[in-house]
Amino acid sequence: MVTTHDHICWGGGVHHHGGHNLTVSGLRVSYRDVEALRDISFSTHCGHTLALMGPNGAGKSTLIHALAGFVQAQAGTMLWNGQDLLHTRHEIAFVPQRSAVDWQFPITVRQLVEMGRYPTLGIWKRVSEHDKHIVNKALETLQLGDLQHRRIGELSGGQQQRAFLARALAQEAHILLLDEPFTGLDVPGMQSLGQQLRQLADEGRLIIASHHNLNNAAELFDQTLLLNKETIAFGATADVLCPEHLHRAFGFSPAATTHL
Amino acid sequence: MNEFLQFLAEPIAQRSLWACGVIGFSNGFVSALVVLRKSSLQIGTISCALLPGIALAILLFGLVQLSILAGAIIAGLLVGLGSLFLSRTSRIDHDAALSILHATAFAIGYIILIRLGLQQKVDDWLFGNIMSMGNVDLWISYAVSALAILTITALHRPLLIYLFDPRAAATMGIPTRAFSYGIFALIILVLVSSLQAVGAFLTLGLLVAPAATMYLITDDAAALFWGGGLIGGLGSITAFFLSYPLGWHLGATIIVVMGIIFLLAYFFAPKHGIVFRNIRQNGKNEA
Repeated sequence: MVTTHDHICWGGGVHHHGGHNLTVSGLRVSYRDVEALRDISFSTHCGHTLALMGPNGAGKSTLIHALAGFVQAQAGTMLWNGQDLLHTRHEIAFVPQRSAVDWQFPITVRQLVEMGRYPTLGIWKRVSEHDKHIVNKALETLQLGDLQHRRIGELSGGQQQRAFLARALAQEAHILLLDEPFTGLDVPGMQSLGQQLRQLADEGRLIIASHHNLNNAAELFDQTLLLNKETIAFGATADVLCPEHLHRAFGFSPAATTHL
Repeated sequence: MNEFLQFLAEPIAQRSLWACGVIGFSNGFVSALVVLRKSSLQIGTISCALLPGIALAILLFGLVQLSILAGAIIAGLLVGLGSLFLSRTSRIDHDAALSILHATAFAIGYIILIRLGLQQKVDDWLFGNIMSMGNVDLWISYAVSALAILTITALHRPLLIYLFDPRAAATMGIPTRAFSYGIFALIILVLVSSLQAVGAFLTLGLLVAPAATMYLITDDAAALFWGGGLIGGLGSITAFFLSYPLGWHLGATIIVVMGIIFLLAYFFAPKHGIVFRNIRQNGKNEA
């Protein structure tokens, strides 16, 4: 199902020898005296959609934030192709939870996507034809062409989520970190976002998202890291979400609908 | 009228007119930062916290412009950054920390100024007096205005990303901590340099209303800055021409004009004003 060789890298200049690999080992994060994560280890590579799952307070968001570099890990390593992940931060694009965004901010969809070019453009450089091309392509890929001059607050929930994904594409990031992307979407919105993420992964990106709905996890993500402060299980979603693991993560066995 | 024309011929009147335009423009320009950061009340409290800095500077060095300015800046930064520090290192939130520090600072400043026998001057700092601004004051104010406008224009791209989405800004390599403190420092600098024009109590109007008005008119972030500057500048000049014939206090008139412009936009702005919005909605309902 997952191919690791045919990557689509719009910007070029990045070489893939057998695909990109993300290896996290022994990660520990604490806030002051409270331990949020301990001994988190997993290894994956681009082409995957990885769900971070677990009960509330299990550290899903903390792990996303640690990968994005918002919080500092006290121990452990995060390696992207053998290099410190945080030294290659431009490879990471962060898609915030929808409730964390100021939707009144005066900015259009296109302007939002153009922000993704900042790591390449910096403060001064002029927006080139190449940049415009990439922005257009990102808008097109996520079917936002007709909406590009709308203010972001005027979009539907699914469209808003896609607009942020388009920014991540314009950033030409290989790792997309999403905080609860499916929360608050209706069923069609959920399905189309799921297909979108699958497609972006198939093109050679690594999608990592915190997720809480056990019922649709197997449809939406091919890999799952089940955690509750520490790693409970990691692997193919269907294998990870077995009753025994769920019992260890949640302290009970959630409904049988999880057997997909 | 004749009397007014005579007054306009005076150098002090022309100087005040210039000051109104420049200070109004720079405050309006910077007000976009305040509005986009949603930190209006924060700035309001800090402007009052400048008082002890002014008072201590006078106590130590006498009535010297530069030391007064420096004192105000130091007091503003101490209260502003101090409140950030308090909230980050305890469970008190930033609003609470700021309120406590600013009230305490204001009280200290008031006690010192009264003890120094400067009741008269207190009025000028609280409500502003452009006529009393000396040449040095004006040049400092112009220099700060230029610095603020140039800095914001030069850093426009990362600044907007930071203001909209600080976390994504961090992943894109924008130094968010530095931006957070830098924006704060820049706002305080503008605040202090125009303190004598509109005063600590009233300055909030000039540092919020212009961009807030634009917010009701435009959906373009860049227009918030330049439009805010225009509203601030032209509004202040209008106030100058109103205040003399009416015999109104100039600083207060500027703020009243800002308030009126804002209310007009609130009702009549084409896109986000409530009048046209209601008309559009009614049209939709009937259709």
